[in-house]
Amino acid sequence: MDHGFTTAAYVVAGVLFILSLGGLSGQESAKRAVWYGIAGMALAILATLVGPGAGNWPVSVILIGMGGAIGWTVAQRVQMTEMPQLVAAMHSLVGLAAVLIGFNAEYEMVRIAGMLRGAGIAACDPLQSAIACAGAAGQGGLFDGLTGFALKVAGKYAAEITVLKIEVFLGVFIGAVTFTGSVIAYGKLAGKVNTKAIKLPGGHLLNAAAAAGSVVLLALYLGGAGSWTLIVMSLLAFFIGYHLIMGIGGADMPVVVSMLNSYSGWAAAAIGFSLSNDLLIVVGALVGSSGAILSYIMCKAMNRSFVSVILGGFGNTTGPAQEIAGEQIAIDAEGVAAALNDAESIIIVPGYGMAVAQAQQSVSELTRKLRAKGKNVRFAIHPVAGRLPGHMNVLLAEAKVPYDIVLEMDEINQDFPETDVVIVIGSNDIVNPAAQEDPNSPIAGMPVLEVWKAKQVIVSKRGQGTGYSGIENPLFYRENTRMFYGDAKKSLDALLPLID
Amino acid sequence: MKIGAPKETFEGEARVAITPASARDLQKLGYDVAIESGAGAASGFPDAAYQAAGVEIIPSAAALWKAVDVVVKVRPPTETEAERLSKGQTLISFVYPATNGAILKIAEAKGANVIAMDMVPRISRAQKMDALSSMANLAGYRAVIEAAANFGRFFTGQVTAAGKVPPAKVLVVGAGVAGLAAIGAAVSLGAVVHAFDVRPEVAEQIESMGASFVFLEFEPTQDGAATGGYAAPQSEEFRQKQLAKFRELAPEMDIVITTALIPNRPAPKLWTADMVALMKQGSVIVDLAAERGGNCELTVPDQRVVTDNGVIVIGYTDFPSRMASQASSLYATNIRHMIADLTPGKDGRIVHNMEDDVIRGATVTFEGAITWPPPPPKVQAIAAARPKEKPKEPTPEEKRARELALFRRQTRDQVGLIAMGGILVLLAGFFAPPSFMQHFIVFVLAVFVGFQVIWNVSHSLHTPLMSVTNAISSIIILGALMQIGSGSYLVILLAALSVFMAGINIVGGFMVTRRMLAMFQKS
Repeated sequence: MDHGFTTAAYVVAGVLFILSLGGLSGQESAKRAVWYGIAGMALAILATLVGPGAGNWPVSVILIGMGGAIGWTVAQRVQMTEMPQLVAAMHSLVGLAAVLIGFNAEYEMVRIAGMLRGAGIAACDPLQSAIACAGAAGQGGLFDGLTGFALKVAGKYAAEITVLKIEVFLGVFIGAVTFTGSVIAYGKLAGKVNTKAIKLPGGHLLNAAAAAGSVVLLALYLGGAGSWTLIVMSLLAFFIGYHLIMGIGGADMPVVVSMLNSYSGWAAAAIGFSLSNDLLIVVGALVGSSGAILSYIMCKAMNRSFVSVILGGFGNTTGPAQEIAGEQIAIDAEGVAAALNDAESIIIVPGYGMAVAQAQQSVSELTRKLRAKGKNVRFAIHPVAGRLPGHMNVLLAEAKVPYDIVLEMDEINQDFPETDVVIVIGSNDIVNPAAQEDPNSPIAGMPVLEVWKAKQVIVSKRGQGTGYSGIENPLFYRENTRMFYGDAKKSLDALLPLID
Repeated sequence: MKIGAPKETFEGEARVAITPASARDLQKLGYDVAIESGAGAASGFPDAAYQAAGVEIIPSAAALWKAVDVVVKVRPPTETEAERLSKGQTLISFVYPATNGAILKIAEAKGANVIAMDMVPRISRAQKMDALSSMANLAGYRAVIEAAANFGRFFTGQVTAAGKVPPAKVLVVGAGVAGLAAIGAAVSLGAVVHAFDVRPEVAEQIESMGASFVFLEFEPTQDGAATGGYAAPQSEEFRQKQLAKFRELAPEMDIVITTALIPNRPAPKLWTADMVALMKQGSVIVDLAAERGGNCELTVPDQRVVTDNGVIVIGYTDFPSRMASQASSLYATNIRHMIADLTPGKDGRIVHNMEDDVIRGATVTFEGAITWPPPPPKVQAIAAARPKEKPKEPTPEEKRARELALFRRQTRDQVGLIAMGGILVLLAGFFAPPSFMQHFIVFVLAVFVGFQVIWNVSHSLHTPLMSVTNAISSIIILGALMQIGSGSYLVILLAALSVFMAGINIVGGFMVTRRMLAMFQKS
């Protein structure tokens, strides 16, 4: 089929993708939005397969089928609490694919140049493409055997080749950073890599040096130093990805994952430039900007600049933290049950601890029981609760908690003073009053859920230690706070039969 | 170690320091528990109930004092009891060290460690062992009940077919724990309650209980918070103003409940004989400070007196004992918390840590020395009140001006950004080949569309958004598909690998998103 069909199909696919992302503005339209995405993707692949430049389509179909089968199995089996790991792992695939495709482009360029040299054509006019050049030298049939991408490369003149080289270089660089970064992010989220922020001696200087090295390599590469520059640069980029994400603590993971998401989009866009494929560019740009906005939203929720998250770790404190008076008072399941039975309005604040303990089903059951008694039960979700943007919403949805009682911070923060009981399940920093009261706290100024304003706060927590970030939480010492120690799931299961 | 509670020897004292419930908790801390036979009978806990809780019953007081390592009691020990203390033995009870110097001397000589429940510092950590507060709470409630029993009318105002009944007017003097409890009880009976306290900062607490604060025009000279939350003695000038106010109120009030106490001093005389004379016939005064001499001049401790003009003055000192079962439960819990703090290892062994603010504050004799009065606690009980600043309400003009400025700034920012972006694109257009520019325009527009679309995505759908964009980002498969037709085997291999990985991503990403979205449901 001709080129016009492919372009038309790409336009339709692009519109479908935009609709797909736009449809995610509401829960109901989101269900339709996925189908837009699927249709767009199917159309794009089909158009490419039958369009010009593609070949070997039986192999492609078989490979897509095999990959699809694996993807299907994984998607069916994965637990909702493992969602962050899965997303990170899948980003790494996109990154690696971008690197491989970039290498291919380089290989084709080298091949064309080699063919020209092999035919005895030493120099070409910079304004002529390889084909025109060969034609001028009387060897018009030199590239007749080429198809697809190679033919396209052969049709480019010198300035276009330079731009192509920059594009390939960028694509490979971003792809490589995305690949190792995602692998490390996966490891951290799955608990296979130490989640603490770790930096090699030299810290950010190492990253800066690697980046500077990459720029030097780009210059060499454009100067015609050969493919080795591209390979060395990929190694440097692999290192940057590894080191960058190793240096970021687990609490910042929501930002990291959405940042990697953004990178994978930019990688796709860069590859789209090098392959002159508009759909790749459009979709890559969509994904890239969406990831960037998500990262921005996450950073804003933590009152931290994007740079400080990327550079890793919490900012240094400016003075001694306020001393905390009082003690943590424990409460048992009977006490919690009595408080809940007496309460009229209840707000539940879930955090990463709920995901770790797989307690969302118990939380849902508790909610169902309390709602059946006519109590006003709602959920308050902090934007950075969990390890993925919107992580808590997904877990609660999995446990069949209706989404209209799950509210975000800004919607519910002013309701805490009128609330009888707040149950905090496995969250720490996002309910830390020090963020508002102690200007020396590392999280000072971060918007937090003001749970301490409620009449009573029950904190379900594994032990007395400080949380993930190691910041002392004065909430636990408040007079209206009771500590419900133990694994969140076990604690809640002990509580459930006591709610009458 | 063994903990034991003797029977109280004080006349009319019905409370006991260990209840069967607290005994069980003490056993969990690793202690053996004993009581003197019949110790709990007056507060409704027979020996059998204790036996059921695994408590040893010791027939005589003397044997009990000898048998146990820790004696817990309610009333301060008498001299006979103090003589029974032995070296290293611990005694926990009310002591009132300021007035019981002789007892301290004996305990010091005997080498016993005495912890006074009345000396527990008033810091939030120690609230659970603040027996004064728990007893005062009871006393405040009971004071209202006694007043109601002696008052010949309803508390609540009623309009009935048989005529109109005015509500009783109650004045509570001193809004400590007892005062606040009295306010609560009187308000819930329907009375109109006024309350007075020398500490202006408690006005808020009084109003929160439903009473109105009797306001006295006076410049405060000291901060009540500095004295650990207790009232401090007042200047003579202030006292005169205060009495004048009471004289003004006296004829209107039906019930007066006085709870004013100053630590380690006799109770201040606030309700003088002439005020009583001003009151209506049938009015009731309940003086909760009777034990320390009384706030009312006419109070006779432990007596109900009727004055010449028919005002009833109640000076009972045993309000907690009149609710002995409840009082014992609360007191036993306070004792139990104190012992829990003394037993950090939960192993049944007392560790008398004199570094601990609460334990240090409450200890009056330790290892053969009198340790009273204690140094001031390290932790302030109540933060000094800071004046609150009200945020200024902006006028409509200011608001409009601010909105306008905001709008202008946004416009400027946007225009600036667009101009800058435009210049950059133009610059690129000068140098880059036209084939690149075509794609670049597409790219810039796509980024712009992405920004516009994503802002509207609902917060709760961020995870599905990520997984859907992840699935979409495998559009990179197009690149691989275009290369897989190449003639070179290396290229085919790498491209095939990319197709395979992108294939995983496409199906996996969309499937997971679908699974997630299917879970979202309305209630």
